[in-house]
Amino acid sequence: MNHDFETQLRKAGIELPPLAVETLQVNITKLCNQQCRHCHVDASPARSEMMSPEGIAKCLEILERHPGIAKLDITGGAPELHPGFRGFVERARALGRHVMVRHNLTVQLDPHPQTGASMEYLPEFFARRRVEVISSLPYYQQYFTDAQRGNGVFGKSIEAMKRLNAQGYGVEGSGLALNLVYNPVGPYLPPAQAALEADYKRELKAKFGVLFNGLFTITNMPINRFRLHLQKTGQLEPYMDKLLAAFNPAAAEGVMCRSLISVGHDGRIYDCDFNQMLEMDAADRDGKPLSIFDFDFERALGRRIRFGEHCLGCTAGAGSSCGGATA
Amino acid sequence: MSNYYESNDLKKFGAIGKHAKGLADDFFKYYGNVTGTDGALTRREKALIALAVSHAQKCPYCIDAYTTQCLENGANPEQMMEAVHVAAVMQAGITLVHSVQMQNHLDKLVL
Repeated sequence: MNHDFETQLRKAGIELPPLAVETLQVNITKLCNQQCRHCHVDASPARSEMMSPEGIAKCLEILERHPGIAKLDITGGAPELHPGFRGFVERARALGRHVMVRHNLTVQLDPHPQTGASMEYLPEFFARRRVEVISSLPYYQQYFTDAQRGNGVFGKSIEAMKRLNAQGYGVEGSGLALNLVYNPVGPYLPPAQAALEADYKRELKAKFGVLFNGLFTITNMPINRFRLHLQKTGQLEPYMDKLLAAFNPAAAEGVMCRSLISVGHDGRIYDCDFNQMLEMDAADRDGKPLSIFDFDFERALGRRIRFGEHCLGCTAGAGSSCGGATA
Repeated sequence: MSNYYESNDLKKFGAIGKHAKGLADDFFKYYGNVTGTDGALTRREKALIALAVSHAQKCPYCIDAYTTQCLENGANPEQMMEAVHVAAVMQAGITLVHSVQMQNHLDKLVL
């Protein structure tokens, strides 16, 4: 079967130019305390890529110069393991930006893989800086969660969520948002977001007394570590067929690459975190790669988004983005 | 073909319309309306029922398809296994309730 994404767009009569740059998503490190089986970043305790202090300063300068970029989305790896993480958050908040941190929960409880330092300060730090916390929890039970993220991760995640709740995260009226992310634990599509969110809320509250705000359902992208697993188990072709068969034009209209840019640890700019991991650099109309070190808003907005077969993951069924379903 | 029940044959389900296409079309429309929508039962509940029937009817195609369907509708392994147990106890019960027939006949035969 032909898995070419742009063929699907042409068949559906859809064009997807960038609409805005509302979010600067910055991947500041591939270092992580976990090594999840589906991770598109191939993050692990063995990775060492880090954004330089100059890179972080440049991102802050971009935010300062462009108030229309209202959100900073900090991701990794586990971004909290970057030595400049706290300063980055504090300075972005001082610029009045909404800051989101892709926080894997267990990083609160594991010692820093390189320095051994305790990370238990994080819930209080997040609350003080009024950061939106976005955390992966593949299911409200141990079985799926540990299968995807490693033995013991579910128990630690619950403990970490309790610590966030104690700071007010997920508690009504606190204004402190804790949003969870669901990923399928295999080559299948996510369930309907609203129904699954209701299940999560009911079960996590009843069994563990844990609260959160929203659930984002995200489809597994057929790249890197997850792709390798699919190849090894003979499931890549059927998974790609499934994504193709579920192509949804309405989901395509809402893809996140139309409203964000993704920055790699070395300052290069991409259309999304997935393109970043595939090293598909974003380029301006003249074909010149985009970088934070010579950032020009109009060049970024005028770029042509680069697509590949992995984009079928963002347009299948109800759609998928870093903020969950798109249709 | 070396075996019955080739897993790749599941993809060919639509080919039942190669002959008597109108009837196949009617079936697939009915199938989609029943299983593909939330009604008085949710799609998850319907997927769990279908998983139980798949086991009762011992259909390997359906077991694969509805295991995936259950996951795509947010079901968990406990719910899925309970559904299979429902199929199992129904089959056991159906077998056992026939022993009333045996006992009735036994009563007739025994002096």
